[in-house]
Amino acid sequence: MSQVLLIEDHQTVRDGLQLALTRQGHTVHAVGTGEQGLERLRTTPSDVVVLDLMLPGMDGFEVCRRIRQLGDLPIIMLTARNDDMDVVAGLEAGADDYVVKPVQARVLEARIRAVLRRTGGDSRRGGDRAGLEQHGALTIDRAALVVSKDGTPVSLAPTELRLLLELSHTPGQVLSRQQLLEAVWEHGYLGDSRLVDACVQRVRAKIEADSSAPVYIQTVRGFGYRFGPL
Amino acid sequence: MTPWRRVGAWVSGLRVRLVLAFAMLGVTTTVAVAGGSYFQARNVILQQAQDAAVMSLTDQLTKLYPIAQLPPTQDDLQLLAQRLSDRESFAVVVYRDMRAQGASEFTDPLTPELRQKVRDGRIAWQRVSLAGQPALLIGTQLALDRPDGTSRPSGVEVYSVRNLVPEQQSIDQLATRAWLTGGLSLVLAVLLALLSARGVLRPVRDLGRAARRLGEGDLSTRLTVRGADELADVARTFNHTAGTLERQVGELRRLESDARRFVADVSHELRTPLAAMTAVTDVLDEEAEHLPGDAGRAARLVSQETQNLTQLVNDLIEISRFDSGTARLALDDVDVAAAVTATLRIRGWLDRVRTELPPGVVARLDPRRLDVIVANLVGNAFRHGAEPVSVRLSADPDWVTIEVADRGPGLAPEVLPHVFDRLYKADTARTRSEGSGLGLAISWENARLHRHGERRGSLVAGNGTHGGAVFTLRLPRETADTGGAR
Repeated sequence: MSQVLLIEDHQTVRDGLQLALTRQGHTVHAVGTGEQGLERLRTTPSDVVVLDLMLPGMDGFEVCRRIRQLGDLPIIMLTARNDDMDVVAGLEAGADDYVVKPVQARVLEARIRAVLRRTGGDSRRGGDRAGLEQHGALTIDRAALVVSKDGTPVSLAPTELRLLLELSHTPGQVLSRQQLLEAVWEHGYLGDSRLVDACVQRVRAKIEADSSAPVYIQTVRGFGYRFGPL
Repeated sequence: MTPWRRVGAWVSGLRVRLVLAFAMLGVTTTVAVAGGSYFQARNVILQQAQDAAVMSLTDQLTKLYPIAQLPPTQDDLQLLAQRLSDRESFAVVVYRDMRAQGASEFTDPLTPELRQKVRDGRIAWQRVSLAGQPALLIGTQLALDRPDGTSRPSGVEVYSVRNLVPEQQSIDQLATRAWLTGGLSLVLAVLLALLSARGVLRPVRDLGRAARRLGEGDLSTRLTVRGADELADVARTFNHTAGTLERQVGELRRLESDARRFVADVSHELRTPLAAMTAVTDVLDEEAEHLPGDAGRAARLVSQETQNLTQLVNDLIEISRFDSGTARLALDDVDVAAAVTATLRIRGWLDRVRTELPPGVVARLDPRRLDVIVANLVGNAFRHGAEPVSVRLSADPDWVTIEVADRGPGLAPEVLPHVFDRLYKADTARTRSEGSGLGLAISWENARLHRHGERRGSLVAGNGTHGGAVFTLRLPRETADTGGAR
């Protein structure tokens, strides 16, 4: 199955999650600090990181940013229920999704699977439209899952890529946050629209010339987001 | 208050009473002083006029006409009368049946009593009215000089009628001045009354205003203590009372917030062990099937109660976020009908609930909180009410209203005021597994969190006309972003 890196400082929580995820068939490597987690990532490849935000030493946000610098590894945050600001900060730091502690193993498991699907080959939504699509300076290769801007490949995390593919699949059509949550995050109905907003911000930072005046991913106030029109 | 009672209150008000008292005092004093001096002055003036008239008459008589022979002729009398008449007076001279008058246009003012007095040798006077003008009538008898130097009455009566118009004018002037003084002192008295009323009423009004502010909850209200009179004492007492009240309320609030913070802290502390336990409840559930008898039941029980405990702790944390004001809305433009449908579908209630959800109602709200409210209300309807449970959505330009009704026994009158209380359980036999007891309190707070200007979301409990409980959720269609989430 998949390689899960679990970074959680509480011994019992770590043991409990490791036990449960292992039973689901994942290979779980659990560490207690962010430093250990980053060290582990340098030596051993993982498919997904489950990251507690409250860590001794280097905090979860910093760990999140460092992992993002290393590559496009999916990150699921573990947050406390009372920390709305943490959720926002974590999403800005590059996390793909989050779950609230205490979390049942099957909920976390479902999120892990969803995030892994975005990285895997089955994320080729709209694959029927094979070949290259050109949108302004942006080239989207749905087959190879590569996005380039002016010929230079843009490094997008799996969730970011999926969001961009989803939006650019129907150029000019408005998609609501809830539609995007269902399509990209597979959150059923009750997703947190901040996931979408944070992810849109990250994608804009990578593809737009000016993030404050976006051309590709436009906000339609009161409705959602729209790709183009250019 | 009826208009009449308002007038009554105004009339019996301190200001009016003070003004009336001062005015009365002023008028009484003025009338006494001005009236008294008027009458005195009037008498003095008349007396002086009288004296002067008598003096001048006798003067003239002695100087001019010592009559030498008796009886006088009519011509003598006429001459005498004419000599004695001038601009201010005219004379009448009478001797037995003869009479002469200095001015002919006046009627005879002489009365028998007056004449009798004069005949008796006295000087007599009388105030009379001549052609509507005040006049003084003085009468005397001419004396006849004897060769030995003595004199005897001559029988010639001389009457002088003297005009009193200048004196009357002086007296009139005096009266006018008295009236003027009275009026001025009345005005002065009213002004003084108003001034002193203000002096007394201002502190009283300040006190009233301060008491009202205190009553409205502004416990920092204090009065400025001026002077050392009884009103200053009242102000000091007020300040002391307000100070004590503020201290005690502050202490109570501190205790309450300490208690709330304690609950929040405890909940947070509980979360870590619960997180570990929750992580493995799935494992317990799966294994319970294979565990023999009691061990399996025990595993299921631990798993179930872990979930309940987690729910309780989560609810407590949620409540403590409302209490501390850190709860934030994550707003989105939501198709309300779709949102409610999704809430019901996820929980498998869609087939059991009668819905009336007109499409196309879009509102700006926090979908997670809407889900919490609707799920809580519908869940309660199933648990405590009876089917059919109905959910009705309606909307106007300002509000979205969702009504959740059941056909159960409804809410008892004694329960109704407490349904949104924390941990309140109407049915004492209800078990813990049926909920944390915080669901409705959280729903209520969630509704209130949605606000736009004056409009604030609300959740109201009641009973339907056909029995059964009805919960009405009302949210503003536009909700202001409280920050935090973008």
